[in-house]
Amino acid sequence: MIEEWFEYSGMAAARMKKILYLILVFLIIFGCRHKSPENGKQTVKDVSDEPAYGDALIAGSIGEPSILIPMLAGDSASHDVAGLIFNGLVKYDTDLSVIGDLAESWVISPDGLVITFHLRKGVRWFDGVEFTAEDIMFGYKTIINEKTPTAYQEDYLQVKKAEAPDPYTFRVTYRKPFAPALTSWGNLVVLPKHLLEGKDIAKTDFGRNPVGLGRYKLRTWTPGQDVILESNRDYFQGRPYIDRYIYKIIPDPATMFLELKAGGIDYMGLTPIQYTKQTDTGYFKENFQKFRYPVFAYTYMGFNLRHPFFQDKRVRQAIAYAIDKKEIVDVVLFGLGKPATGPYVPDTWPYNPRVRTYGYDLEKAKELLKEAGWKDTDGDGVLDKDGSPFMFTILTNMGNSLRMNTATIIQWKLAKIGIKVDIRVLEWSTFINEFIDKRRFQAVILGWSIGLDPDQYDIWHSSKTKEKEFNFVGYKNPEVDALLEKGRRTFDTEERKKAYFKIQEILAEELPYIFLYVPDATPIVHARFRGIKPSPIGISYNLYRWYVPKALQRHAAMEP
Amino acid sequence: MISYFAKRLLEMIPTLLGITILSFLIIHLAPGKPTDVLTEMNPKITPEARERLEKYYGLDKPIYTQYGLWLKRVVKLDFGESFSTDRRPVIVKIWDTKQPLMERRLFITFVINALSMLLIFLIAIPIGVFSATHQGSFSDKVTTVTVFVGFATPGFWLALLLMMLFGIHLGWLPISGLKSMDYDTLSVFGKIWDRTEHLILPVFISSFGGLAGLSRFMRGSMLEVIRQDYITVARAKGLHENTVVYRHALRNALLPIITLLGLAVPGLIGGSVIFENIFGIPGMGQLFYMSVMTRDYPLVMGILTIGAFLTLLGNLLADIGYMLTDPRIRAK
Repeated sequence: MIEEWFEYSGMAAARMKKILYLILVFLIIFGCRHKSPENGKQTVKDVSDEPAYGDALIAGSIGEPSILIPMLAGDSASHDVAGLIFNGLVKYDTDLSVIGDLAESWVISPDGLVITFHLRKGVRWFDGVEFTAEDIMFGYKTIINEKTPTAYQEDYLQVKKAEAPDPYTFRVTYRKPFAPALTSWGNLVVLPKHLLEGKDIAKTDFGRNPVGLGRYKLRTWTPGQDVILESNRDYFQGRPYIDRYIYKIIPDPATMFLELKAGGIDYMGLTPIQYTKQTDTGYFKENFQKFRYPVFAYTYMGFNLRHPFFQDKRVRQAIAYAIDKKEIVDVVLFGLGKPATGPYVPDTWPYNPRVRTYGYDLEKAKELLKEAGWKDTDGDGVLDKDGSPFMFTILTNMGNSLRMNTATIIQWKLAKIGIKVDIRVLEWSTFINEFIDKRRFQAVILGWSIGLDPDQYDIWHSSKTKEKEFNFVGYKNPEVDALLEKGRRTFDTEERKKAYFKIQEILAEELPYIFLYVPDATPIVHARFRGIKPSPIGISYNLYRWYVPKALQRHAAMEP
Repeated sequence: MISYFAKRLLEMIPTLLGITILSFLIIHLAPGKPTDVLTEMNPKITPEARERLEKYYGLDKPIYTQYGLWLKRVVKLDFGESFSTDRRPVIVKIWDTKQPLMERRLFITFVINALSMLLIFLIAIPIGVFSATHQGSFSDKVTTVTVFVGFATPGFWLALLLMMLFGIHLGWLPISGLKSMDYDTLSVFGKIWDRTEHLILPVFISSFGGLAGLSRFMRGSMLEVIRQDYITVARAKGLHENTVVYRHALRNALLPIITLLGLAVPGLIGGSVIFENIFGIPGMGQLFYMSVMTRDYPLVMGILTIGAFLTLLGNLLADIGYMLTDPRIRAK
C-alpha cells in the first residue's frame, strides 16, 4: 500500500551483494534442518486392515465450487463436490462400460430409439422423501427449459418424448438413435421435484444448500475456506466409511504442497516434479501413497488447415517426423504420460493401437518437405517456397507451463529441419476470443479433455467449422464425417469401435493435429486411507468404500 | 467549513460517475464474457445455447443500455447479482450476513490490512526518525538496507520460505487459512489464539514490504524539518536535543503522514491477491481477481465503485485532517 507513493531510486550493487548473501545464509539454514511434523507414525503402513467408520478426508483444491447443482455448474470444483451429493441413473464402471446407478436396469429398443429405465426402489432424498421417476422427469424438464442457464442442454434436446408411466419407470424416445444418449442420464438431471417445483432454479439457494441422495451431504460451506460434507448414513449402497469429506480451498499450489507435508491435507493432485522428485523422500514414502493413471485428455498441436503452408499433408507429416513425442513426455512431464497417437486414451476400448506413427526421423522430414517443394534457395537456413520463408507462430495460453515447454521443444526441433517457429503466449480469454474464434492462428498448442463416450462429432465433423465451433482447424473429410455420423447412431459397441478405429487411422494419416501426449493424473493420498482401488477411471469412483483403520483415525467422530 | 465540506462532497459525484463509466467500458472491452466459463471449449454447446445464455445475462443489449441499467440499480445502492453460476448478490459476496463476522471477506481483509498498517506505522515512523537524526551513521545504513531488503523481497517468495521454516521445520505456526480444522471444538481463548496464530505470517509479510516506503518518507520529512530555522533557534535556546526532536521537529514532520493516512483508506479494503492466494485467505483481493478472470461484470464494478468511493472519501478526510492540524492551511 505504502510503497505506491514511494519513489524508488535504485540500489547500489554492493547492497545487492549483501542481500544475496543473506538469502544464501537463509537457504542454508533451511536446507539443513528437517524435522518431521509427525512423530510415532512411522508404522502407518503396517497397521492391520480392518474397515471402520469414522475419520475425515481433507482434500486440497485450487478452486472453490460455485454452485452445487450439476446442471448449472461450469467449473470442475463444483462438479467434484456435487458429484458426491447427487447420483445419476447410470454411471461408468471401472472398465468404461455403463452400469446402473439409480437405475437398476434399462432396455434399449431394437431400433435404438427408445430407452426404458427401471429405477431402484427405496432410494431417499436427504429429507426422507422417496426418489421416483417424477424427479428425473422434473430434472429433464428443467434442463430443457428456456429459462435455465445451463450449458448442457444439447443432449436432451434430441429427446422426442419423455414419460414416467409409473414411479419406478422412466422412458425416453429419441428422434434418431443417439449413442451418447444413454450416459447423458447421469447426475445432471436428478433433482428433487418436491423441493424445487415452481421455483426459478437459478435463483433459489438450493445451489448452496442442496438436498441430494448421494454418498455425502453438505454440512457447512464457508466461502473461500472449505466445504464440509458428512456421510449419508442411509446411502443406498451402504454408509460410507469416512465420516467427513472436507474440500479445503488453497488457491496456491505451492502452499497446498506445504500443507500436505505438514499434515493439513490428506489428498491432492501432484505436479510432475512433485510426483517424481519432491515426494521421493522417506517421509512421503512412509506416510503417503501415490497413484498414477492416464487422464481423459490429450495435448496436441493443431494446424490452421486454411493456411497455405499446412494445406499439404506432406508438410504436416514432415513436422510430425521432426517432433520426438517421447522426448516431450520425458522432459516436460518427467515421463508421467504417454505419447498420443490419436484423440483417445491408450488402453480404452475406442483406442486403436495400430495406426500410422511417426518416429523421430529428421531425414524423412527433410525429404517430405523437399517433395512438397520447400527448399532453402537463399542459404539462410530457413526453407522457402515461391519466395516466402517457412516461418510460423505457435500460439498457446498463459499459465500452462507444460504447453509452453512443449512449444519450446518443438521450436528447437523444427529449426533443425529449416522451419522457423515463433511462440506467442496469450491470456486465455484473448487467446480464445481473438485468435481461436476468429481463426487468426497458424498453429496452436492446446488440449482437449475427452468425455468417457468416444463421440467426437463436434471436433472433427466438417459442419462444425463456423465461428466459435470446435473444428477450428477447419478439418474436412467426407469419410470421417460419415463415420462420425455412424458412430453416434448405433448402440452396438463393436460397430462403434470399428468406426472410431477407422477415424483414428485417417487422422493419423492426415494429421490435422499432431497428437502430442496423454498426461497422467498423479494424486497422492495419506497412507492411513485404505480400500483405494486404482482403475482406468481414476481412484475417487469408490470414495465411499475408502476407510481408515480404527487405530489410525485422526479426526474425532462428530455428532450427526 | 460546512459549505466547503458540502462542495467537496458534491464534487465527488461527477468524479465517481467518470470512474464508473471508464471502469465499465474497460472491463467490457476486455476479450471474453461471463458466459465463457460455461461455453468455452465445451463441445456440447450450440450457438443457440450460447445466445440464450448471453440473453439471460443481458449481454445482448448495447453497452450503454447495460451501463444505464447498472447505474439505475447502483443509485439505489443495489449492486446487482453476480454473473458467476451461483448468481448471488454482489453485496453478499463481499459482506455475507449469513456468515459470522470473522468469515466475511471485507472484514477479513480489513482486519489484516488494519493490523499490518498499524504495524507499518508503529515501526516505520521510529525508524524514519532514527535514520534522520542519525543521518549517515552506520546504524542509519543498516536500517536503510533492512527496509530496502523488505521492499525488494518478493512477498510470495518470502512467504513460502517462512511457511517452510515456521510451518514445517519448526512446526510453530499454521501454514495457511484463517483457522484450524478443529476450531469449533476449541475454548474461547483457544479460538482467539488459533486466529492470532493464523494471522502472524500474513500480517508480517504484508507489513514487511511496506516499511521501506513509509520510513524513507518519514526520514525525508524529518530531515527537511530539522534544517529549518526554527529548529536552529530551538537548539540555540539551549533546549535539550530530545525536546527539539520530539516536541518541535517531529510534530511538523508528521503532517505529511496525514495525507498518507488518508490515501491508505481505500487500501484497507483492497486486499493483495498474492498474499491472499499464498496464504489461502478468502479476502477482497482474491474475490476481485477471480471476478476479473471470469469477467463477472457486476462484481468487478461493485468492488471498483466501493474502492473509488473510499479513495475519494480518503482524500477528503486527509484534507480535513490537514485543516485541523495545520493552522496555515486552515487560514486559506
